[in-house]
Amino acid sequence: MIDKTVASAAAAVADVFDGATVMIGGFGTAGMPAELIDALIAQGAKQLTIVNNNAGNGETGLAALLKAKRVKKIFCSFPRQTDSYVFDALYRAGEIELELVPQGNLAARIQAAGAGFGAIFTPTGYGTLLAEGKETRTIDGRNYVLEYPIRADFALIKADRGDRWGNLVYRKTARNFGPIMATAAKCTIAQVREVVPLGSLDPEAIVTPGIFVKRVVPIRATHR
Amino acid sequence: MNLNRLTREQLAARVAHDIPEGAYVNLGIGLPTLVANHLPKDREILLQSENGLLGMGPAPKPGQEDTDLINAGKQPVTLLTGGAYFHHGDSFAMMRGGHLDICVLGAFQVAANGDLANWHTGAPDAIPAVGGAMDLAIGAKQVWVMMEHLTRSGESKIVARCTYPLTGIGCVTRVYTDLAVIDVTKRGLQVTEIVPGLSFAELERLTGVPLSNAVALPAESNGARHG
Repeated sequence: MIDKTVASAAAAVADVFDGATVMIGGFGTAGMPAELIDALIAQGAKQLTIVNNNAGNGETGLAALLKAKRVKKIFCSFPRQTDSYVFDALYRAGEIELELVPQGNLAARIQAAGAGFGAIFTPTGYGTLLAEGKETRTIDGRNYVLEYPIRADFALIKADRGDRWGNLVYRKTARNFGPIMATAAKCTIAQVREVVPLGSLDPEAIVTPGIFVKRVVPIRATHR
Repeated sequence: MNLNRLTREQLAARVAHDIPEGAYVNLGIGLPTLVANHLPKDREILLQSENGLLGMGPAPKPGQEDTDLINAGKQPVTLLTGGAYFHHGDSFAMMRGGHLDICVLGAFQVAANGDLANWHTGAPDAIPAVGGAMDLAIGAKQVWVMMEHLTRSGESKIVARCTYPLTGIGCVTRVYTDLAVIDVTKRGLQVTEIVPGLSFAELERLTGVPLSNAVALPAESNGARHG
């Protein structure tokens, strides 16, 4: 019997290793898997490369991971926010490397990894600082930049409900990067509000089919 | 000189007036978000937010906020009846793939050829952040910029060449400022509207790059027709 459920966040992230690339879902705090991140901080893995749209808010979740100095590099489209002071200080002190990626290229590079592409030609960023030194091509009169996939060892995402096969549905705009990150990591770990019996999720409405998910951790919504 | 500048709300209302029935629209963060408050009530216009919703509604009533339902500026919003949620891959397919009719963006500078600079001042101590600006700039069918015509020190934000780092090349199709509406065309910048009391010649002098006058004669007499 397939059972991807894992009892605790701690058990789910136990094998994240030093130097791993870890995608973390969420746009701001919507969809951020806060309990999985807390477990990763407690677990102690360091020298991590993180992929997230932002660079943390306040001092919880991703910001707490940064503050604990576990991150050597971050892929990000919008690090600077009103409450990103933890990242801001690390960046100004030269203690974290930033690869700034236009948001759609971040999504497309994650999708490219998940879908098995070797690279993509994207029109976004052509002629800008963020495409400097990159290969370009004109296709049907339009200019494109060559960008490479972003793959990960682990993806930590948050969904609303899941089942023991790893099928997932999300809630509102907390969906954001979850479904695409789930495809791009060797080991995708989803925290869910509720694990439901197999067959409870409408097959027409499953957003992430279980093949993309290795572990499902039920986390009761206690915060907020 | 006493300029009859549009207020931020007046500028937002002016932009909203031009958004047609049935349009799919993305409003950039900052000044463009004000446009949502002025959309004509008799038109069905669908707002897209790049974090993953189409059919974005107004801010919720106090106490009704849902932390899982936010816009690209991370503010709480609502979903209209018939609206939809989707992941980032689909969202940026809408943006990059030419499916949005209009995006409205703020800007530091717009060049005469439609180059846009709106993401980074290039200052050495600035922490860069780009978000979806570059995808919108190259992806929407029409890219409208909404900005003050002049900087606080009185320099034109419409320039011969952008001095700030670019967001996109030749992508802007129209500029709405607190002084004028200007189309970016293959033949250069065409002014279609000027605030009352400002002459075309004076606008061109303030702007500092060549403009052509395509202002339609207004119904009532004012200074806008001269120049």
